[in-house]
Amino acid sequence: MIANLDYPTLQHLWWLLCSVVGALFLMLTFVQGGQSLLWQVAKSETEKDLVINSLGRKWELTFTTLVLFGGALFASFPKFYSTSFGGAYWVWMLILFTFIIQAVSYEFRKKPFNILGSRVYEFFLLINGSVGILLIGAAVGTFFTGSNFQLSGYNFVTWTHPFRGLEAALSPSLSSVFNIALGLFLVFNARTLGSMYLVNNIDLSAVPEMERRLRKACWTNFCCSLPFCLYVVVSLLLMRGFGIVDDQGTIEYVKYKYLLNLLANPWLLGLLLGGLLLVLVGALRTAKTSSTAGIWFGGLGTVLVGLCVLLLPAYNNTAFYPSKVDLQSSLTIYNASSSAYTLGVMTYVALAIPVVLAYVSYVWRAMDRGKMKIEDTGDSAAY
Amino acid sequence: MIENFDLTMVNWARGQFALTAMYHWLFVPLTLGISWIVAFYHTIYVRTGSEEWKNLTKFWMKLFGINFAIGVATGIIMEFEFGTNWSNYSWMVGDIFGAPLAIEGIVAFFLEATFFAVMFFGWNRVSKRFHLFSTWMVAVGSNLSAVWILIANAWMQYPVGQAFNPDTARFEMQSFSEVAFSPYAVAKFTHTTSSSMLVAALFILSISSWYLLRGRHVIMAKRSIVVAATLGLVASVFVVFNGDESAYRIAEVQPMKLAAFEGLWEGESGAGLVAIGVVNQDKRVDNEEEPFSLELRLPGLLSLMANRSFGSFVPGMKDLVYGNEEQQIVGAAQKMERGKLAISNLDGYKKALKEGDEEAAALHLAAFDEHREFLGYGFLEKPEDAVPPVALSFNAFHIMVALGSLFPLIFLAYLYFSIKGNLEERKLLLGGGTLLYLLGMVATQAGWVVAEVGRQPWAIQDLLPVSVARTNLTVGTVQTTFFIFLALFTVLLLAEISIMAKQVSIGPKED
Ligand code: HDD
Ligand code: HEM
Ligand code: HEM
Repeated sequence: MIANLDYPTLQHLWWLLCSVVGALFLMLTFVQGGQSLLWQVAKSETEKDLVINSLGRKWELTFTTLVLFGGALFASFPKFYSTSFGGAYWVWMLILFTFIIQAVSYEFRKKPFNILGSRVYEFFLLINGSVGILLIGAAVGTFFTGSNFQLSGYNFVTWTHPFRGLEAALSPSLSSVFNIALGLFLVFNARTLGSMYLVNNIDLSAVPEMERRLRKACWTNFCCSLPFCLYVVVSLLLMRGFGIVDDQGTIEYVKYKYLLNLLANPWLLGLLLGGLLLVLVGALRTAKTSSTAGIWFGGLGTVLVGLCVLLLPAYNNTAFYPSKVDLQSSLTIYNASSSAYTLGVMTYVALAIPVVLAYVSYVWRAMDRGKMKIEDTGDSAAY
Repeated sequence: MIENFDLTMVNWARGQFALTAMYHWLFVPLTLGISWIVAFYHTIYVRTGSEEWKNLTKFWMKLFGINFAIGVATGIIMEFEFGTNWSNYSWMVGDIFGAPLAIEGIVAFFLEATFFAVMFFGWNRVSKRFHLFSTWMVAVGSNLSAVWILIANAWMQYPVGQAFNPDTARFEMQSFSEVAFSPYAVAKFTHTTSSSMLVAALFILSISSWYLLRGRHVIMAKRSIVVAATLGLVASVFVVFNGDESAYRIAEVQPMKLAAFEGLWEGESGAGLVAIGVVNQDKRVDNEEEPFSLELRLPGLLSLMANRSFGSFVPGMKDLVYGNEEQQIVGAAQKMERGKLAISNLDGYKKALKEGDEEAAALHLAAFDEHREFLGYGFLEKPEDAVPPVALSFNAFHIMVALGSLFPLIFLAYLYFSIKGNLEERKLLLGGGTLLYLLGMVATQAGWVVAEVGRQPWAIQDLLPVSVARTNLTVGTVQTTFFIFLALFTVLLLAEISIMAKQVSIGPKED
């Protein structure tokens, strides 16, 4: 069956798969959100240990999903991989640095003779949870606002802005405002999810004060995310976009492009509204009731919103990585993808994804059958 | 096709790749090897139910975890560095090279990441059998990731299953199975994983020897040694045979690399293997300096290694640069001429297409097809550039082989005295033994230097030189990230060593 898929179908399929991985990553940023909440919700050393050990069971999953996101883009849209990573060099480098310091922090934080001291590793976690997510949001923002690059006749990238990608967040322009707003939305959403997860995962009966702080943090952060979310959504409805206007693949500015994309694919609108609603339900349940199930609503909601955000700039003849300085250099799923052969092979490989999802959820359930208790943080293997 | 570029920048980017890869490789071999050994210990515990084996398993697992964390931290940069520093490469071969990286993520990293958590925290949370299963899955996952990354690396050395597409001006995959089952990849995988097992065994011997010298944790140290030395012996013997297989493959597909790591400037029949040699740093293909200031050759052995026959001809660097008609070797010089024709016709083809001149396009394409095989050589500036750094390749290779010949003897000695029961009295062996891990690290790092430096100036052997593969960045940018990595990784490494040393001195729990 896979052998019969035609090239455009494969290209759409692979953008969808990459978007699913990206959206799952956004859901899993509850780890980053939790990290950035550490100081706020955990006041004693015991509470800190609870938070770290609870997140510590999951951080690898988020990290690996990010790695897979990179690998999947490399295999399926190599022109994006080369243009964006090579071009917007500094944004990606900074993002990577925040993940490098995250990866050692759980294991090293409490170990004796760790040279830097626990506080520094906790600070690393904070940086990863805030700056890391903010920059990822800003980078995704450029899918809509465009970047400063040119491709040569051989598709080699030249970046025309000296900030090499950081201008997405640092240039005095409306684009930057949009990119930062998206970044901040993701930061606050991650924090909302983080508090939902911790409420769900930790046995809070022994630390009622922390429970109160967590539930409150969930609501505050949800409220903080709203204005940014609203700004992003309204901008999206009003802004011009980068459309493919003819069979040659010519790119032109198209007024209300993203609104048109939503109208052309109403299910995208469904994803967006449904997703936001689910996050709201999750936040309400966590903040206003004694339920611990908020994370399931918030998590699913985030996946749906993430899917919409990633599909919106690519489907319906749109350039998903547009160039502001040379429209015709813009990347579309048609001109940036691997060959039909490679996409076909990779589609067979993708059949393994459900298996991966299955054993990940099996292990998740097996390990979380009992909640994280204070005793667990004294375990010899604990972080 | 590629205009003016700054060679300094390319060299900094190479340096950065080497730096990050070598840091990554400080931790990877231990992960690959010790995951199996821990799984063995864990199995013995589950079989016997003995608390002592449980403590022993937990101890090595803890060290594994510390190493694993920093292995992951240094790994993520590798995944993205192809894009950030080698973006032309990523575009031109992403069709082929990206696939194994993505597959690695799907089939290997998730296994590792998911079951890692169970292995560590599952002692009281899941059934004994599922827990043991998880420990094995971590070993399987780690080594599966090695499979895929090494397929990718092997493909850079021996680019099979692809063809250049003049319309997209990039290399595209023709056969996935040729890429995945390349004989070069098989040799690389077996050599890398077996040598990693060896390194992990050395790690355990080092620490256990230290305990024995101190008279601490004596029983657990002896138990650890028996298992580790047995696995290490098997692995080290395998490594030697299999290293020979790697060399045979290289003779076939990268004769220049072989000539470089043996310091063979002029080809000969019945070529000898250098047992001991000091390379003359001033020697080049185009001067008459003596190649070595000291050398001891074992006659005929290089021919045997390269072609499995004592008298056969092994080409030297001179033959490969300037050609050798008698042996029917086409030199880099001739290949360059044809490569330049391929490039100019590719440019002509593109231009004609743009102008809508189909006739001219067809002519250029035909001319391109005639020379396409040598496209990569067209980017070289002079034929001598086809020679990799000889002294570095030579020294790295000989250090690796010397150590490789030593290790089996050491494992034998440990086993012999363990069986005789007087290992504790062999102070000299134990004292030297504490340094074994360091030696293993030297050997395994040297191995990558041989493999990667010997490939220069190519990013993809014969197809794409590093100067074309790079990203268009300024020297300053690459220097900045280079030093950030250097500082960051060094601090993290020091922290890791310090934590590790502390955990070793605390030692396993004893009831
Ligand atoms: C022979 C094996 C081998 C080789 C040559 C490399 N690695 Fe590696 N890598 C591993 C074997 C490994 C591993 C054993 O699976 C690691 C080491 C420690 C760990 O946690 O997993 C790992 C970790 C690791 C991670 C973190 C994975 C995670 O999320 O758990 C990434 C992204 C990479 N590697 C990527 C690379 C790239 C792009 C390489 C190419 C230069 C590379 N590695 C060389
Ligand atoms: C982890 C062990 C590795 C080590 C120690 C290592 C070492 C090196 C060194 C020393 C260089 C610089 C060579 C020079 O400039 O003279 C280099 C370059 C490079 N290596 Fe590796 N390498 C490793 C693994 C890999 C793997 C697994 C891949 C591919 C998947 C790879 C791909 C490259 C690339 C793309 C470059 C830059 C281009 C080039 O200089 O060829 N390396 N590596
Ligand atoms: C007598 C013993 C040995 C021989 C003949 C040998 C041979 C080789 C050769 C020819 C290569 C180059 C492969 C390439 O360029 O692609 C290589 C690479 C390598 N060697 Fe060895 N080796 C020996 C021992 C060892 C030992 C003891 C270690 C580590 C403890 C080791 C670790 C490596 C590694 C990590 C690589 C890079 C991966 C690869 O290319 O396969 N080798 N070896």
